[in-house]
Amino acid sequence: MSKISRRKLIVGGVSAGGILLAGTASKYSNELYRVGEDLSRVTHRFLLRNNPLAREFTTRDISKNFPAIGTTMPESEIYQRLLHARFADWRMPVGGLVDKPMSFSLADLQSMPARTQITAHSCERGWTAIAQWTGVQLSRVLELVKPQPAARWVAIHCSDGWWDSYSLDHFEALHPQTILAYGMNGADLPVAHGAPVRLRVERQLGWKSLKYVDRIELVDHYRRLGDGKGSFVADEYNFQWYGGV
Amino acid sequence: MNSTVADLPAARAPVEIQRHSRLVRVTHWINALSFLFLVPSGIAILYAHPEFYWGETGYFGDPAALTLPMEPNFDYTAWGRGMHFLFAWLLVLNGLVYLLAGLLNGHFYRQMLPRLAQLHPKHLWHEIRDHLRFVRPTGEAVRTYNVLQKLAYLLVIFVALPLMLLTGLTMSPAVTAAYPELFTLFGGRQSARFIHFICASALVGFLVIHLVMIFVVGFVNEIRSMITGKFRIEEQS
Repeated sequence: MSKISRRKLIVGGVSAGGILLAGTASKYSNELYRVGEDLSRVTHRFLLRNNPLAREFTTRDISKNFPAIGTTMPESEIYQRLLHARFADWRMPVGGLVDKPMSFSLADLQSMPARTQITAHSCERGWTAIAQWTGVQLSRVLELVKPQPAARWVAIHCSDGWWDSYSLDHFEALHPQTILAYGMNGADLPVAHGAPVRLRVERQLGWKSLKYVDRIELVDHYRRLGDGKGSFVADEYNFQWYGGV
Repeated sequence: MNSTVADLPAARAPVEIQRHSRLVRVTHWINALSFLFLVPSGIAILYAHPEFYWGETGYFGDPAALTLPMEPNFDYTAWGRGMHFLFAWLLVLNGLVYLLAGLLNGHFYRQMLPRLAQLHPKHLWHEIRDHLRFVRPTGEAVRTYNVLQKLAYLLVIFVALPLMLLTGLTMSPAVTAAYPELFTLFGGRQSARFIHFICASALVGFLVIHLVMIFVVGFVNEIRSMITGKFRIEEQS
């Protein structure tokens, strides 16, 4: 075989293979991206095996104009009615794979032991702002409802239609800084930031800290929820479910 | 380098030398592939917030260290992030193999560490002038990396890419929970994000020069040497 034809063969073969590969890859791009995401998640679980807290700041560091993005005013009639009554009628059911389903009012949550934390919120878009959050640890709420052994994931459903799922362990849902926050910077949580209650997941990017918490559901696997990708943004916008960076 | 001066035939025919080891060739192309996807996906992520700040925090309305002339767009965030982190992993794993092998087999020491004589200001100046005039290296000079090449490669491998990785990790709330020292190192998440952009721009600059040099030295010969390893030295002038 002459040199030229060998070269042509190699070039042709590589090009054809490349085009074929690119075509297949673009068709399965989300599955491929999930490989990167899973690598990050497994690595993070290893790095955070000793359960460190996300860094906390002092009141001096609090940002003056903490941005409010995404939903800033849920439009549903139910939410508008709740807002009008200053959330006196707001109830947060916690159910699914639990022995003792319960429903919490805002006063119920506020009467439980509170945790206040000043943390940096980093949005996946690229900005960072610091705020003080006051709320009850999600672990305390989950403890009361007695999760069944089969429960592995905690799904948080929101008034604006968003939902996300978190592992029922110290990595996510039971982490001490994972709180249901009803206060921000010493006052009631403003509507633009998720009133009456928002989630704070401090070792994650901003989009995982859902606003306008409506109900909590414990499931054996997030695959049962929605399209099975783990969250509203994953289903709707091809967004990452775990993310992590 | 398998061949030596003694191997050069008496006739002035082109000589083929083994230029790059198989490991260097394979890792080079995986690197190139990662880069090809990391740059556009990085820009896609950047589109969501084309502004940089120095310090811990920063958001629209804050005094910016740099504002890029881009209209904020969130439509590229999802695929940008998915692509960026997949190829970041590929780059990192590939880089680890390359680094480990290069340290163990002496690749960095033998081929990339500049010799003392090469660092002499006269020699450096001579090389810079030749590069600026696009002088095509010939004969024995082609056999080894020149000093500017060595310095550029060393900067990319041991400064720019490690900085890319570390500043990238500083943007992860999970990683910084485990290693808050990263904040201290870079002065905060937003500083790290800015440094990430500066290093990325520097690497794109390196890539441009790298590609120009391939054309200066000889496109076919250079590309062949990175695929088959064989590099053809033309007759000595």
